[in-house]
Amino acid sequence: MRAWLYLIAAGVAGAIITTPALLVLVFAGGSVDDALFAALGTLMLVSALAVVTMRDIIRCGLAMIVSFLALAGIYVIVGAPLVAAAQVIVYIGAISVLILFAIMLTQSKAGPASLVFQTQAAPAAIAAIVLAVLIALGVSATDWGELARRTRLSTDALARVLFDEFVLPFEVVSVLLLAAVIGGVFIAKREEEPD
Amino acid sequence: MGLANSLDAYLVLSGGLFAIGTFGFLARRNAISMLMSIELMLNAVNLAIIAFGAFIPDFAADASVIALMVMAVAAAEATVGLAIIIAIYRNRKTPLVDEYDAMRR
Repeated sequence: MRAWLYLIAAGVAGAIITTPALLVLVFAGGSVDDALFAALGTLMLVSALAVVTMRDIIRCGLAMIVSFLALAGIYVIVGAPLVAAAQVIVYIGAISVLILFAIMLTQSKAGPASLVFQTQAAPAAIAAIVLAVLIALGVSATDWGELARRTRLSTDALARVLFDEFVLPFEVVSVLLLAAVIGGVFIAKREEEPD
Repeated sequence: MGLANSLDAYLVLSGGLFAIGTFGFLARRNAISMLMSIELMLNAVNLAIIAFGAFIPDFAADASVIALMVMAVAAAEATVGLAIIIAIYRNRKTPLVDEYDAMRR
């Protein structure tokens, strides 16, 4: 019985994701890239909504992984393959696993809390919708000047810029990461019981 | 001029993701959920930076470098944030932020 429910849920989710892609492909006359963009964008937004609304926090963490994966696909479409690879390695491989571990360390035995949202959830929803509308209006009203679509940035050119022009920020970031690791271990380590 | 070739589409998508992250940060009770919302917002900013880099020729390589730096800073932020949450959980036995009221009583 549960298995049928999961199958139906998966079918509904697949339909939600593929519908905009098919609409773009068939009715708006878009290319395959446009259809992929619509599908991945829908998947990213739907799974991000799942992250902020679902009750079980483990499922929130898994939905966050789906959202990161869809965003990596969008990076590939926009023509930044190295950033997409870094997105998969850093976000899905490191940060998501870290967050899932923290979830498992802080879950109480009583299960998920009965109240998921704070009391200010309704004003927060209104504020978020207003923010999204404002960003959309601002973006469409702005004239971005001379735009030229670049298809793909080669990893070679990116590496030259990263290790030539941006060497100092690169080293500073490595020091920051070291400091974060030491700080994280120091804060999270169990304190010695005073005798 | 399709969806995948318009800067506006990428920026609107990025704005939507940022708004969802804002809602999650303001509305969720669980501290780890709030941290996940911050990650969503950082991802939205990264998407906007990469989109600008793909459409403005002078900004092409710089955008990818900035996005990689943002990822590194996000990793550092997640490390320290989760360590703080685990340290608080060890003392208060709850991950819910509205029960951290030691300075209000």
